[in-house]
Amino acid sequence: MGLVLNEKMKKYFDPETISEIKVIEGTHSASYAVELARVKVISAFPITPQTSIVEKLSEMCDRGELDAQFIKVESEHSAMAAVIGSEATGARSFTATSSQGLALMHEVLHWAAGARLPIVMANVNRALGPPWNIWADQTDSLAQRETGWIQFYCESNQEVLDTILMAYKLGEKVMLPVMVNMDAFFLSHTSEPVAIPKQELVDQFLPPYNPELKLDTDHPHAFGGLAMPNQYMELRYNIQKSMEEADRLIPEISREYARLMGRDHGAQIEEYRTDGADYLLFTSGTIAGTTRLVIDEYREKGIKIGMVKIRTFRPFPSRELREATRRCKKVGVIDRNISFGQSGIFFSETKAALYNSDHHPLMNGYIAGLGGRDVTPTNIREIADHLINSKEGQDLIWIGVKNESKTN
Amino acid sequence: MVEIRMHGRGGQGAVVACKILASALFKEGKFAQSFPAFGVERRGAPVQAFTRVDDKPIHLRTEIYEPDLLVVLDPTLLYTIDVTSGLKEGNKILINSPKPARDFEISQKYDVKTVDASRIAVANQLGSVSNPIVNTAILGAFSKFTGVIGIRAILAAIRESVPVHPDENARAAQQAFDEFVN
Repeated sequence: MGLVLNEKMKKYFDPETISEIKVIEGTHSASYAVELARVKVISAFPITPQTSIVEKLSEMCDRGELDAQFIKVESEHSAMAAVIGSEATGARSFTATSSQGLALMHEVLHWAAGARLPIVMANVNRALGPPWNIWADQTDSLAQRETGWIQFYCESNQEVLDTILMAYKLGEKVMLPVMVNMDAFFLSHTSEPVAIPKQELVDQFLPPYNPELKLDTDHPHAFGGLAMPNQYMELRYNIQKSMEEADRLIPEISREYARLMGRDHGAQIEEYRTDGADYLLFTSGTIAGTTRLVIDEYREKGIKIGMVKIRTFRPFPSRELREATRRCKKVGVIDRNISFGQSGIFFSETKAALYNSDHHPLMNGYIAGLGGRDVTPTNIREIADHLINSKEGQDLIWIGVKNESKTN
Repeated sequence: MVEIRMHGRGGQGAVVACKILASALFKEGKFAQSFPAFGVERRGAPVQAFTRVDDKPIHLRTEIYEPDLLVVLDPTLLYTIDVTSGLKEGNKILINSPKPARDFEISQKYDVKTVDASRIAVANQLGSVSNPIVNTAILGAFSKFTGVIGIRAILAAIRESVPVHPDENARAAQQAFDEFVN
């Protein structure tokens, strides 16, 4: 049965590329992407708000809709260890986690990247405890910065589905694992229309995974050997080169996906109304959605402000951000995360990226929405107004903190 | 954009009702978004859920502080939390209650209507007298009261997304729609 859409919907959805439009949560959007990617092995341990991703996948495996092995494990560390094993045999693998679960995986995250295994993992960005908190906060995934994983951040449930498909393509080309992040609840438990692409288009975009080297008893190889000081550094050099290759491939893969599916979320960054902008707000994840509305409002009033949504954290889009800020006067970075003793993490990375640029706009770092606190249009207006009126840059400005001590 | 806020207690199905509403709205060719107030679900605890509807994709990612329409699944909530917070004077409130709207003080300030969704739910074998599952019945009345959504889309969305007793749930919605007097 073909998909029937009214004229208004045809502006946003191309019926030729879509099998169905489902009103689903972000977690299920991830599950459908995994099904479309024809993943062969899934292993995961439940943790709120991730659990419904793998619940849905286990149902799909149980009903035979997805021809995959579902490996039950006793911890996130084991979940990652299991998919490291399965990916090493050449089986496309998936896992999902959140917060404390991701933290427990930390040791084996290094292993997945170092062993050059293109596992894809969905992480639902959730605050770390204590105090216990199950709501949105990006510090969990940003704390995995040095593990060698490529990282994407998503703004909508559609972007979650599309990014997971692109993540497999990208990871398998550069042989690095990819983490696709979505905000807890603001995406994970929010239902909205998601276009499910036709399987044949996904198959065309994402061919079966067939690595050059894999665990195969017919063709034995040794994996995981010791690298002496005269070898290790070259292997690290290779990972960096692959990250740089990923940086080159992301725009290419995004364009190919857009050509096939008719949907484009941008590459490493997405610029929104940045033409001739004096002021730019940088942000990521769902805060970007709300920021768009404030940008529209300010543009209506003739204020030259735009938004840059950062989609990739590793590789960090330094070149793109230098280019995007070339003509602007002031940049405000909104972070739903913090590196204690420093500042918001996207802020410090952005500031570092611009140091070797020939143009240095004023830069402010704003912390907002930690632990799932709502970041409202009012908060974003406060940030925009503060940025516009700033005379000098400030690394750390707290938004919406109650009883903030003015003396510290 | 129309913003709808639903107040209920854990177990009454407010979150699912908002999801069904979003699916139904999409069936009518509108963009919709639904989500729970991000609490830890506990049976009996006050719960909020939201639905937004618009003619274009919805980018706003915050809770609903100034709803256009309000639904109250348990009238005792009116005395424990500020359910009308942010609601404009004269706007519509649908309350699950056997009492007439004039019995509620807030009917002086808002356009209040009631529907006995608990009775309709029990009559359709949805939950028990002490613990009726009222979310699908309330949607039938909501359709007639607000006109935001048609009953056919509501029934189709219920049949698609309710895993247990889809027919009973659809009948409850239809009955509430039929009984509701504007």
